Amino acid sequence: MLLSEIKTILNAQVLTGEDDNVLENTNINTACGSDLMSDVLAYVKDQSLLLTGLINSQVIRTAEMMDIIAICFVRGKSPAEDVISLAKQKGVIILATDLPMYPACGRLYQKGLRGRSHAQIL
Amino acid sequence: MHKYYKIDGKDFSIAGEASSDFKTVLKKLGTPAEIVRKVAIAMYEAEINTVIHGGGGECDAAIEKDKIVITFRDQGPGIADISLAMQEGYSTANDKIRELGFGAGMGLPNIQKYADDMSIETEVGKGTTVVLSINL
Ligand SMILES: Nc1ncnc2c1ncn2[C@@H]1O[C@H](COP(=O)(O)OP(=O)(O)O)[C@@H](O)[C@H]1O
Ligand SMILES: [Mg+2]
Repeated sequence: MLLSEIKTILNAQVLTGEDDNVLENTNINTACGSDLMSDVLAYVKDQSLLLTGLINSQVIRTAEMMDIIAICFVRGKSPAEDVISLAKQKGVIILATDLPMYPACGRLYQKGLRGRSHAQIL
Repeated sequence: MHKYYKIDGKDFSIAGEASSDFKTVLKKLGTPAEIVRKVAIAMYEAEINTVIHGGGGECDAAIEKDKIVITFRDQGPGIADISLAMQEGYSTANDKIRELGFGAGMGLPNIQKYADDMSIETEVGKGTTVVLSINL
């Protein structure tokens, strides 16, 4: 799913300043939702979008370590300026939506964006 | 190739800078992505531990002929029971750390999972040294 579609589906803002052209050229294969960075580090395989309610700088660093392309902050949370500049510096795209975690994940899933293990479990 | 990092124990927001820098170094050297990923995750977990449990310390990261060896040293409280600390879910992290998304007790198990070799030397009241290596 293109990041531009994700932005539309979640009615999200782009906090790191990428224009539509970048979003239209960024493909997201799978996503994960978690407020526990330790779990992201332990279980995430190759998900390229992380939805989270946490907005501290370690979320950006976790994304960087895991090669996560984009983060979407849920529940209308907005991170501090230094967190956004860290994301820019590390090349991580940040979106923000007012939707809570469950509906945000649900909307994306309904439109076909799956998580890890989908194939394995079914 | 060898890198040395000071690990600040007071500022959690910069925890991970060493891992970030070393990941960039490995990528620039053309290290295979799968190896870079293993190093990044294991090193980041170890760095976080040095900050949140060890109170800061230092890190040596060396690229040898056939492996990458990373050492984290701190003069923190040490670990009384290593096998307990290695258990998934065991954590002494405080609420502040948990609110930031860490302290799930997955760090050491995670390091063991991603590193090809890992050793812990620790003495209560003296400090902890964690050495992890990843084969090239
Ligand atoms: N450098 C260290 N110094 C002192 N204690 C440590 C250190 N590293 C790990 N520990 C102990 O081992 C426990 C488990 O570590 P870990 O698996 O990384 O989980 P977490 O960091 O989430 O608590 C920690 O809660 C802590 O009690
Ligand atoms: Mg840990």
